[in-house]
Amino acid sequence: MLEALVFLPLLGFLAAGIGNRAIGDFAAKLVTTGFLFVSALLAWVIFFRQWGGEGAYTVTLAEWFTSGTLSVSWALHVDMLVAVMLVVITTVSALVHLYSWAYMADDPSQPRFFAYLSLFTFAMLMLVTADSIVQMFFGWEGVGLASYLLIGFWYRKPSAWNAAIKAFVVNRVGDFGFSLGIFGLFLVFGTLDIGAILAAVPAHKGTTFDFLGSEVDALTTIAILLFIGAMGKSAQLGLHTWLPDAMEGPTPVSALIHAATMVTAGVFLVCRMSPLFEAAPAALALVTFVGAATALFAATVATTQHDIKRVIAYSTCSQLGYMFFAAGVGAYGAAMFHLFTHAFFKALLFLGAGSVIHAMHHEQDMRFYGGLRRHIPLTFAAMTIGTLAITGVFYTAGYYSKDGVLFAAYARSTEPALVAFSVGLFAAFLTSFYSWRLVFLTFFGEPRWAGSPHIAHAHAHDAHAEAGHGAHGHGADPTAGYHPHESPPSMLVPLVLLSAGALFAGLLFHQAFIGAGEAFWAGSLVHDPAFYAKLHEVPALVHWAPAIAMGLGLLLALRQYVLKPGAAEDFVRTLPTLHRFLYRKWYFDELYDWLFVRPAKRIGRLLWTGGDQGLIDRLGPDGLAGLVGAGAAVARRFQSGYLYFYAMMMLVGLAAAMTWLALKG
Amino acid sequence: MTLLQSLSVGAPEVVLAAGICVLLLVGAFRGDRALEGLSWASVLLLALAAVPLFDQAPGRLAAWNGLYVADAFSRHLKLLVFLGSAAAILVAVPYLRRLATARFEYPLLVLLATLGMAIMVSAQNLLSLYVGLELMSLSAYVLAAFHRDESRSSEAGLKYFALGALASGLMLYGASLVYGFAGSTSFADIAKAFVAGEVRNLGALFGLVFLLAALAFKVSAVPFHMWTPDVYEGAPTPVVAFFATAPKVAAMGLMLRLLYEAFGGMKADWQQIVLVMSIASMLLGSVAAIAQTSMKRLLAYSAIANIGFALIGLAAGTAAGVEAVLLYLLVYLVMTLGAFVALLMLVDADGRQLEDLADLAGLARTRPGIASALAIFMFSLAGIPPMFGFMPKLAVFSAAVEAGLWPLAVLGVLASVVAAYYYLRVVKIMFIDPPAGVVVLPGEQGVNPAVVGAAAAFSSPLGYLLLGPLAAWGAEAARALA
Repeated sequence: MLEALVFLPLLGFLAAGIGNRAIGDFAAKLVTTGFLFVSALLAWVIFFRQWGGEGAYTVTLAEWFTSGTLSVSWALHVDMLVAVMLVVITTVSALVHLYSWAYMADDPSQPRFFAYLSLFTFAMLMLVTADSIVQMFFGWEGVGLASYLLIGFWYRKPSAWNAAIKAFVVNRVGDFGFSLGIFGLFLVFGTLDIGAILAAVPAHKGTTFDFLGSEVDALTTIAILLFIGAMGKSAQLGLHTWLPDAMEGPTPVSALIHAATMVTAGVFLVCRMSPLFEAAPAALALVTFVGAATALFAATVATTQHDIKRVIAYSTCSQLGYMFFAAGVGAYGAAMFHLFTHAFFKALLFLGAGSVIHAMHHEQDMRFYGGLRRHIPLTFAAMTIGTLAITGVFYTAGYYSKDGVLFAAYARSTEPALVAFSVGLFAAFLTSFYSWRLVFLTFFGEPRWAGSPHIAHAHAHDAHAEAGHGAHGHGADPTAGYHPHESPPSMLVPLVLLSAGALFAGLLFHQAFIGAGEAFWAGSLVHDPAFYAKLHEVPALVHWAPAIAMGLGLLLALRQYVLKPGAAEDFVRTLPTLHRFLYRKWYFDELYDWLFVRPAKRIGRLLWTGGDQGLIDRLGPDGLAGLVGAGAAVARRFQSGYLYFYAMMMLVGLAAAMTWLALKG
Repeated sequence: MTLLQSLSVGAPEVVLAAGICVLLLVGAFRGDRALEGLSWASVLLLALAAVPLFDQAPGRLAAWNGLYVADAFSRHLKLLVFLGSAAAILVAVPYLRRLATARFEYPLLVLLATLGMAIMVSAQNLLSLYVGLELMSLSAYVLAAFHRDESRSSEAGLKYFALGALASGLMLYGASLVYGFAGSTSFADIAKAFVAGEVRNLGALFGLVFLLAALAFKVSAVPFHMWTPDVYEGAPTPVVAFFATAPKVAAMGLMLRLLYEAFGGMKADWQQIVLVMSIASMLLGSVAAIAQTSMKRLLAYSAIANIGFALIGLAAGTAAGVEAVLLYLLVYLVMTLGAFVALLMLVDADGRQLEDLADLAGLARTRPGIASALAIFMFSLAGIPPMFGFMPKLAVFSAAVEAGLWPLAVLGVLASVVAAYYYLRVVKIMFIDPPAGVVVLPGEQGVNPAVVGAAAAFSSPLGYLLLGPLAAWGAEAARALA
């Protein structure tokens, strides 16, 4: 069953990828989507079996490689933690596959798209079911590849392939840390089997190694290196720059990869290796700080962005920050719970945004939206549910998971945890503000569509089609005569299902995930029931704080964008520097460009023109070839054809040989 | 030692000499009509002369008062020489007939040269050496000018003769110097006179240099190579195919014997001369070939470079080196012969022989079979694995490394890299460039396709199947010498 779950997406990828145009759009879509739904069904079965107490097990598939004492096999491992991930991945992936039927309907290369989606799903499943850290790295790189391919899916668009390359390169930095972490694991533990490593953690606690003359704690180093890998994949502050740009990919991709699944791989890694992190408190503190910083940073940036997908992208970044600091304070269950619920409501928000974009003819700028609630009511409802969930309105999924994270930080009450708590609280306020801002700008107010080049373009087509319609004063009409249409059912069904998840996932599962019982996680991550019990005993002020932050954010957004239109512009005018700082994303891109990209290009150019062309080519291939060519010309000239010259050469040679021998003697 | 004994020991040469007289008479009476018959008869004669080679008792058999010896070494080389000569006779028939120069002398001249070569590789005395060498050379001069109506051919013959005469003069002068200081022309006596470790005898050393120069001329080693490109270009193609193969083998064999058996005591001295010649030949042969536009000139430089590689084995001065040289000669003979015969088969619509590189353009499309065979020869000559041509190169290089001459091996490898350029350029011209002209096959091909096919198969990786027996055979020959 597990094998089928993991390998069905691979089969789908092979069928759609190799069959491609030969089998046609419909067959490719059917086979990939069909397989994914089967996988999702199996995943839920496995999930409930695990919940029922089946216990962890491993299915060994084949030996991969053996070298000296290092032996790695292909094996699939399942425990509760993995089962949660399986459910998230396959469910969201199946819904995204379905959603893409309509969303990608006009695309000329649909089989390729669905093949990539299935490839991604397979790689992600390999990542989470990995029994050894090497196999996890295989999946890790596989999802990176699929992400690269899907971000650059519209490869004719320069911004798309630029974003794809950026995602790949930034992830490379993280992967470098991850691979160093793997080497470190082998060095310290002598094995790459995750189970064996985690079992051996206590024995190696306190091991040190010598680095540049100072003693360094081995486990802390390894944990930090692994976390650097996680930072890259999960777009944490410093290595986050690729995620907003990744929105260049088709929206279903953003929902699947850059919201629900791949970007959470870092959180999964930390949770999977939680015993190791528990043995390295310094690394945990780092995780907490980085997570909190990311939560705050991304939330502030999200308040100023105009592109609907970028707002959600920064929101994702911010929510990932929550997950990390939850893990950082030792509440791995809370981190996983937030990951779980976030997958539903963030996929919902992305797919809802996709539906809006679909309705608005690929216009993504919220400044050209407005008043859409009457035109696309179902999408409006879905987006609202998503927003309720992410802001943490009572009894929605986000309420349970975000409060769980914040309470855990408070309950841990170490210094980093309290910092994370206060930052998280402020970020919750920002989250509420920017999420409602998105809803208000998009669905409320008056239509502002006329300014959009996309709409104008679309309408120009319509105007041609309806030539007999006559002129009806476009100039004054803010809708520019455009009529948004609700999306087709295959896009709405996933929205409805995800809405249900966003509403009820918290209610249904919070007892299991972050309750005080030990049974649920069954040792698949570090889980301290006593600690979780404390979550229910936080002071009343703390208990109500997230709700208050949420309410304030909602009110502020309501005032700025609905009650007093123009208030936002006034604010920007009052504090232009702050706005620009946030709008330019804290100048991270500019900083990196100045710090890394341009020097790298300069070095590259220097090595290219100076080193490669000027030195290696000139003295190497080109120079030698030139020398040989010149030698050939000289030899040719020597071959004059004159007999006397030939005879003289013979005698010269003879004389030279005799002279040399005589002198040598 | 009776005359009868000598006759039986020297049976190959005796059979050859007697046969040549008979065939000469037949030719004189029957005229040029007899060319084809004479050719086949010549091949038969060569086969007959080869029979005693398999029949003789192992070990050294001396004859004619020590002028002549029959041993494993001479038998090995004679077989190669006979093989090369037979091929040269047969492949020429269609060519000669086509160009209306079907004179009956051709096979006979080749046979005479072969007789000379057979004597050369068995020589035990400077005099028998000279007789063999001159017999070969005089026949070769005539062969080079075989198209006597054609200026290029006669020019080639004249140049070859004039420079060859100079080389002969050098050789005789060297021989007389050696005789003067050793008191004998017999190899064995010379070896006794110049023992290693004694005071250097500058006169004998000069004599050795003169002898070496003359032999270097025959194998066309730099700087005594100047005649090679001109003669190869001017002489008729089948003649060049002959020049490039059997005489090279015989002259190299002679050089080996002379240096090891007569001047073994002066190894330290001749090793250095051979070393310099080897390096110069490899580099010049590899570099100069790049600027060539004629396929025959290109192969001439290829021959120079290959002799340079073969000389590496000689310069190593070890038994392994000798073995490597013998293997090199064998493989080189087959590859070069194949390349020339393939070239021989290319004729344009006017019956003109295609000899320029440009003529080969697009050959892969017009004549895929010949192009493929030529490609195999080129790859093999370049010494690119897995072609068989890689093996002898490896053998000489490793012999040099084992003898501590690794800089020589490094230079050899570098020269092969440069040489690979022009070999591969031929392949590129044939396979990638658009077709240049119409290539037709002359109506009658004789045995040529079979020769090309067999040579290609030998040069291809299939050749490794024969490596075991060939190596054993070469090792036996090398043992006889050292």
